[in-house]
Amino acid sequence: MASTGIIENQFLETELNVSAKRTETLFKILFMFMAGLLILPVLIILTTLVVKGSSMISFEFLFGNPTNGMTEGGIFPALLGTVWLVGVALVISVPVGVAAAVYLSEYAPDNWFTRAINLAIINLAGVPSIVHALFGVGAFVIFFGFGTSILAASMTLAVMTLPVVIVATRESLQAVPHAFREACWNMGATRWQTIRRVVLPNSVSGILTGVILEVSRTTGETAPIMFTGAAFFIPVLPESVFDQTMALSLHLFVVSTQVPHVPEALPYGVALVLISMVLLMNSASIALRMHLRGKKKW
Amino acid sequence: MNHASGQQTGNLPDINQRNADWYIDKIVQYLVFLSGISAIILIVGIFIFVTIEGFGFLLEDFSFREFFLSPWWEPTDDDEPTYGILALMAGTASVTGLAMLVAIPFSLGSAIYVAEFATGKTRETLKVLIELLAAIPSVVWGFIGLSIMNPLIIDLFDVPVGLNILNAGVILGLMAAPIMTSICEDALKAVPDRYREAAEALGGTRWQVIYKTVLPAAKNGLLGGVLLGVGRGFGETMAVLMATGHAINMPSSVFDSVRALTATIAAELGETAVGSPHYQALFTIGIFLFTITFIINLTADLIVRGIRKS
Repeated sequence: MASTGIIENQFLETELNVSAKRTETLFKILFMFMAGLLILPVLIILTTLVVKGSSMISFEFLFGNPTNGMTEGGIFPALLGTVWLVGVALVISVPVGVAAAVYLSEYAPDNWFTRAINLAIINLAGVPSIVHALFGVGAFVIFFGFGTSILAASMTLAVMTLPVVIVATRESLQAVPHAFREACWNMGATRWQTIRRVVLPNSVSGILTGVILEVSRTTGETAPIMFTGAAFFIPVLPESVFDQTMALSLHLFVVSTQVPHVPEALPYGVALVLISMVLLMNSASIALRMHLRGKKKW
Repeated sequence: MNHASGQQTGNLPDINQRNADWYIDKIVQYLVFLSGISAIILIVGIFIFVTIEGFGFLLEDFSFREFFLSPWWEPTDDDEPTYGILALMAGTASVTGLAMLVAIPFSLGSAIYVAEFATGKTRETLKVLIELLAAIPSVVWGFIGLSIMNPLIIDLFDVPVGLNILNAGVILGLMAAPIMTSICEDALKAVPDRYREAAEALGGTRWQVIYKTVLPAAKNGLLGGVLLGVGRGFGETMAVLMATGHAINMPSSVFDSVRALTATIAAELGETAVGSPHYQALFTIGIFLFTITFIINLTADLIVRGIRKS
């Protein structure tokens, strides 16, 4: 009996094991707590936005003009202006970004020059938004003579969000197996024919997730458009890319800091519309990515 | 040689024949290359255009001593305008510093939890939530600082003004944390599983494996992630403009209002005449900001590349 006791005891945990396990549990709970603390305040803040802002949301608010010195009325010119700015920025940045990604994924050799391009992309993503604004003023507004216009603002936004498109597109191009390309080359296709008929069709949805992500980033940007084309208040809607416009993100800044006697709920309403647009597009991008991951055949 | 192969293959087309497809292929190659180098062109372009606009100031009114060592930013003074950014730098540094104090431990902790402890649905949900948090625009964060944090700080700490370093620091910390968490989580995931398996085979508990094996192996990636967070905090504009109180001040406590470099540009550029010394001084601040963030990003990249090599 005594001997079996010893054998059983061999599998019992020693004091050292027990204390190590305890430390593990302790740290696990600590880190879980930290992750929770990171997310919880933001969820509370978002709930506050919804509670205080939802009373503002109505058909007149979304599709009406601001009236009485922006203290009443709707946000339609700002909404439409954001659509203009984002649309023009996309038209500029998506072709350039996709082409740049095609170069990096399909053509670029692995040398110092390609590394320099990658470094430039990382740095472009890290330049402060206000410096992008200064660049936009110096280059597009003054040097190229676009003046403060949708075109200048959209080009500034396009420069700023170019890295988002490049990185997302490059990733989805590189996810296409190399064997696909080899098979196509063996049929006698040129590099471009291979890219157009095989590589791009197989990565188009991945590129789309990147573009949606870019739209969401562009929608929320404020600093780069403040001096390049977005204005505090303009009574008429823009008619061409050379007009100035209102924008939703700048409108939130204006009604919450620059205009006196704004009813408390109004900026909450604007913030709610802005954040809903951004989070909806981000969720769509994430959902599309997950759907694709499940559908992948190779 | 070409001639000989043509004879052997009979009526097959000459492989070196330049038809339309060949030319299209070449043209596309050049176009794609031009787009490929766009990032380099733009980075150089940003530096050149911002420098051109600020150049007049650098030549005339600029004095290194005054610019970096004087706390007096009074560009609109009629008698003798002064352009000292010391107080603005102190503002940016104090807010970014507090933000990192908040963000670094929390994002490291969350990254370890998501990458090493959490499994299945919990993990996916956390990752999606963190990604969504990173998407909240900075002007919305600024509004949150203004309308939610401000009264909260006044109530909690019984201070007259809630727009101060504490407010902006917490806001900026919450902003930077999701991005830092994602980068740090990637760095942890980049550690090969065989490291963990080897450590587990030696009888290590989960935490021992993380502490003794995973963290040392991922330390460069983690440091790179932290640096990128610092760069982002440093360059943040709208949230800092709205939540700091925007008062020029050499801060002595977290309840002081300050003013940041980025916010100064955002607030004053619209009111200055193009080409005036004040306007050019703002662009000079821009050059300074660009240089600092460039150095931070470069360092982060070098550190991260360090692990890939070893």
